[in-house]
Amino acid sequence: MEKPLTQHIRADREPLSLKEYEKVGGYQSVRKAIKELDPGKVVQIVKESNLKGRGGAGFPTGVKWGFMPPSEKSEHPRYLCANADEMEPGTFKDRLLMEGNPHQFLEAIITSSYAIQADVAFVFLRWAYKISARAIEKAISEAYDAGYLGKNILSSGYSLDLHLHTSAGRYMCGEETGLLNALEGKRATPRAKPPFPQVSGLFGKPTIVNNVESLCCVPHIVNNGPDWFKKLSYTEDGGTKIYGVSGKVKKPGLWELPMGTTLREILEEHAGGMQDGLTFRGVIPGGASTDFMVKEHMDVKMDFTGPTKVGSRLGTGTMIVLDDKTCPVGLLHNLQHFFAQESCGWCTPCREGLPWIERILLALEKGEGRQEDLDILAMHCKYLGPGNTFCALAPGAMEPLQSALKYFKEDFEKHIQEKGCPWRS
Amino acid sequence: MPKIYIDNVEYEVPGKKNLLEACLSLGFNLPYFCWHPAMGSVGACRQCAIKKFKDENDKQGKIVMACMEPVEEGVRISLKDPEASEFRANIIQWLMTNHPHDCPICDEGGQCHLQDMTVMTGHNYRTFRFKKRTHNNQNLGPFLNHEMNRCIQCYRCVRFYREYAGGRDFNVFAAHNHVYFGRYEDGTLESEFSGNLVEVCPTGVFTDKSLKKHYTRKWDLTQAPSICHHCGLGCNIIPGERYGSLRQVIARYNGKVNQYFLCDRGRYGYEFVNSKKRIKSALLKKSGNKFENVEKDILLSELSKFMANRNMFGIGSPRATLEANHAVRTLVGEDNFYQGVSSRQQNLMNDILDVIQNGPCRTPSLAEIEQTDAILILGEDITNSAPMMDLAVRQALRQSPMSIVERLNIPEWQDAAVLEAIQDRKSPLYIVTPHTTKLDEHAKEVFRLNPADISRLGFAIANTINSKAPAVPDLDKDIKSRLGGIVNDLKDAKKPLIISGTTLQSEAVLQAAANIARALHFHNNRTEISFVVPACNSIGTAMMDGKNMEDLMAQEKIDKDAVLIILENDLFRQMEKKQVEYFLKKWKTIICLDYYEHDTTSMATVVIPAGAFSETDGTLVNNEGRAQRFYQVYPPIGNIQESWRWISDIMAATGHKETKNLQNLNDFIRSVAESYPEFRSIVDITPPPGFRIAGQKIPREPHRFSGRTAMNANINVSEPKPPLDPDSALSFTMEGFQGKPPSPLIPFFWSPGWNSQQAINKYQIEVGGPLQGGDPGKRLLENGGASNGSYFKDIPEQFKSKKDGWLLIPLALIYGSEELSSLSAPIQQRIPDPFAIMNNKDADQLKIKEGKTITLNIDDSHYKCKVVIEEQFPQGTIGLPVNLPALSGIQFPEWAKISGESK
Repeated sequence: MEKPLTQHIRADREPLSLKEYEKVGGYQSVRKAIKELDPGKVVQIVKESNLKGRGGAGFPTGVKWGFMPPSEKSEHPRYLCANADEMEPGTFKDRLLMEGNPHQFLEAIITSSYAIQADVAFVFLRWAYKISARAIEKAISEAYDAGYLGKNILSSGYSLDLHLHTSAGRYMCGEETGLLNALEGKRATPRAKPPFPQVSGLFGKPTIVNNVESLCCVPHIVNNGPDWFKKLSYTEDGGTKIYGVSGKVKKPGLWELPMGTTLREILEEHAGGMQDGLTFRGVIPGGASTDFMVKEHMDVKMDFTGPTKVGSRLGTGTMIVLDDKTCPVGLLHNLQHFFAQESCGWCTPCREGLPWIERILLALEKGEGRQEDLDILAMHCKYLGPGNTFCALAPGAMEPLQSALKYFKEDFEKHIQEKGCPWRS
Repeated sequence: MPKIYIDNVEYEVPGKKNLLEACLSLGFNLPYFCWHPAMGSVGACRQCAIKKFKDENDKQGKIVMACMEPVEEGVRISLKDPEASEFRANIIQWLMTNHPHDCPICDEGGQCHLQDMTVMTGHNYRTFRFKKRTHNNQNLGPFLNHEMNRCIQCYRCVRFYREYAGGRDFNVFAAHNHVYFGRYEDGTLESEFSGNLVEVCPTGVFTDKSLKKHYTRKWDLTQAPSICHHCGLGCNIIPGERYGSLRQVIARYNGKVNQYFLCDRGRYGYEFVNSKKRIKSALLKKSGNKFENVEKDILLSELSKFMANRNMFGIGSPRATLEANHAVRTLVGEDNFYQGVSSRQQNLMNDILDVIQNGPCRTPSLAEIEQTDAILILGEDITNSAPMMDLAVRQALRQSPMSIVERLNIPEWQDAAVLEAIQDRKSPLYIVTPHTTKLDEHAKEVFRLNPADISRLGFAIANTINSKAPAVPDLDKDIKSRLGGIVNDLKDAKKPLIISGTTLQSEAVLQAAANIARALHFHNNRTEISFVVPACNSIGTAMMDGKNMEDLMAQEKIDKDAVLIILENDLFRQMEKKQVEYFLKKWKTIICLDYYEHDTTSMATVVIPAGAFSETDGTLVNNEGRAQRFYQVYPPIGNIQESWRWISDIMAATGHKETKNLQNLNDFIRSVAESYPEFRSIVDITPPPGFRIAGQKIPREPHRFSGRTAMNANINVSEPKPPLDPDSALSFTMEGFQGKPPSPLIPFFWSPGWNSQQAINKYQIEVGGPLQGGDPGKRLLENGGASNGSYFKDIPEQFKSKKDGWLLIPLALIYGSEELSSLSAPIQQRIPDPFAIMNNKDADQLKIKEGKTITLNIDDSHYKCKVVIEEQFPQGTIGLPVNLPALSGIQFPEWAKISGESK
């Protein structure tokens, strides 16, 4: 099985130096793109590969790039921002790529920047990823020395500066427009779209924001062509996917597998199934902001379409498994506490609704829940939807809640009737 | 105009708006919080949710925020949709989870936008049972109370304070449901526009601290349309009274002048009306030097005795109305009437009138300044001398960069996106002043020069733009090299504006500004010029022309039986102390008609209690040449009367021939209009006193006004007859026409369901635009066109410092320089001690350190000041704040000597 993204990552995760990476074919895509291909051609290739965004939203990357205005007609500098603010609970795939092969990441940034004719690129890195920070910092320095960054890269006339920015630590910085505001030194609140970042992004200039994993696919697409990338997948969505599993399974971890691998294969084959004595109850497949999938959905192909047919989303593809000895209400309370805390405070439903939800869940756990509380939770699920709030944080928070109310309704009602958490007794 | 469908009914709406603006303009009651007509949309609060449909067949629709949706041809929306309505009610529910149950004790109650929106959405039952988040409050200074528990996080305050008004010391802190709006630490808010938070905040977080000292509910206030008297801009205000005392001043919307806002001097200056220094009864000096209170009839009988057959001389005032000034002029006769200003001031005002009337450039209204896209300020610190002009200039800074916003297809009202696209770009602003000003940080370039050199720079700019303007001999090389930038920016602009004024007391500066405008107009006929003038009727009284008081002072012989009448004027503020004393001592009988005690009234023999602005009525002409009328808010207590009414009484008492023609306000207005061709149209600026709607007057009190029977029960249990107002179409009661009055007669903004100031929406043709029937006021001065007038040619010589003296330069101070507001208790807390600004090199040479007190000596007068050092302040000169009480009457320019440091 081909594993283009993780093939060179060592077991101890020591990052490859530039020279080591070049030896295994690193930076070839930079040479190929800058010397042989027009920027527009690179965009075309990525479009044809059906690469979809791996940050959670699944938007076709090539199409996103295509919305950039032509370089001669636009404001400069143009920007590429690599969204390395991996803070979705349960998600730890980008960390693997940045710690294990920072130069692949940089190569991806350079090739992608060339494609969209960016003049400056930023890595917006989660504050807690200190190992990645050191690795990336070192890699940037090596790349400048080798002439892959800076003025006149490989004597092509194309110049690119790359800066590492470590964030101050809020989840909202992972939201595309919140990231741009944070990078500008402003409060990390999101922006309304339109205007899209391609029109008015970082400092009001044309900008593309891409996820780390999405970017890391680009060098391989450029090297091997879109058809190769499509063939790696089991379905229409191109490439491989780094799937992750956490929770009480035998082997939690990360695996690079063909896109569209079934849920069953990921959980039972690679993660080794549930720990002894525990039964599978459900899984949040794409990080905390996705709906539960349950036993009936084990044969769903985990690409960008499969989960949507059963009311969920692929999201980041890193799954949190719920076992039968863990309280789902407690799990929800933990998640909603996170979301309420991470709300930026800009829009009313999220800012006021999420703490209300958290307090209800806490009341349920403490045995102070009432039947009306379930109606209130349902009202929030109905109204904290996309478009009703300013960004996707609150709608994301509703996804595990609404599916838990659907699949684990009994557990909620037991908390109310038995005036306490049945798992605690 | 595009057609849209609201709940399946077709409407035609203006094209460039958003759907919230379109719905509100059509009269729909769509609730909102974070949108503001002056600040655009950000889409934060989610209150204005509506349903938007793909087409006629789409029954489901999608919830969108009306404020963020552009008007598009054929768009189908629903306001009544049950899901959208429920969502809007839920927004209130969410806001109410943390909102304290403060209504009964909250100052905002009764004029609270949150109350209005709560009722509008129909939310009324609490299901949230947990604890509310609370905050600590801050002491933000003498103007604002801070009660953060009430905050609904609409972000309007921080957007207004930082983005609209450019303030820095107020911000939003923390995140999620803990966001906090306040100052980085307790302390007085620095922005001159902080008081607007009172009106911008939809709840009771920010409330008027001066109002709280004598709190009254909005529905209990008697209010009337009025004009601010604290500078020459003529912002429209609404003062409110109860129990015979003035309680608050809020903004009165005028789409051409101040729109939604006021400066803090205008908002809090009113407390002078409640000052202990108010003259409440007539005072007569019988024997010795002591005043005796006398009743009105005794006063008039005394006056009739000693004024009969005596020559009367009158001095008018630039802070009094046209009617009051004209009344005195009629009483004493045209030949014996003198403008209440020094000859220097009169020359300055005549220069300004000459430029406005005979120069080619138009003078924009205050609101129109926002549309200019390159500004040169010659010699004025507008933040202090005309604060609302500073606010208008700050909006103009956005004008030039709007081309980027257009190119990126971002709608003008999408405020956050506009600011993001504009980034740090600004319209070019050039500031030429002796000292640092708050607008410096936004200027492309600043020049620190003394007045003569400011003028020379101005003349040189004019000459560079057009060689027909006279050239400046021996122009400083450094200045010469910096001319190119200014000239290019002014020439490249679509609508350049030159601002100057009288603060520096320099005709040369005004004339230089006029030359620049004339030269630039030749190149671009949309060039505009605007002047800052010191008093609320400086322009009006200057238009009346005539002699000035120095002409009277220069008269050698004054008939010792002659009577001098001084109208609303403290002569010691206009001219030097010893000159004034010498002059006043020549008179046996001096009558002062004024509302507060000052140095001139103490030298008078008769003091007559005139009504302050809230107790009188009349016409003022602002710096734009706009004639505006203000009305009495409440009948004055005791013997206080309108100045014109006192003159009418004196005319009657002395058998003046005009007596029967000049009985009431309308008589005086007509007399002014008939006596001066330039004032002909002031008769039309408001409806006449006989105006009625369906036979009814316009009530000054809302229909919920309470207590009118109980109010005077301690005096007499029977309800008194309400006072009549024969002088206007307004009544002093709550009876009268309950609909919308003509715009110049609006005493308060209210509409069913809209108790807060947001009711202004209902009075406008389109939200954010002119009032129905047109914005009040009438422009009296229009420019003469390019062929009238010519370039000024008197170019001053370069400034030469003296060995044994320092040139004193007058500087305006928002708190302290203006006469009336300096008596207001909250304003007094902001007035600094006298200070003097010097260049650091000069200070070093004299071995003076910052903060030390020095004494400035002008002849025999001595003034103690604390030293402030500015690196760029022009050498050889010292900057002094104008008319601080301890520095009153200095006639700039003056040369002073410094006598060492005081201990």
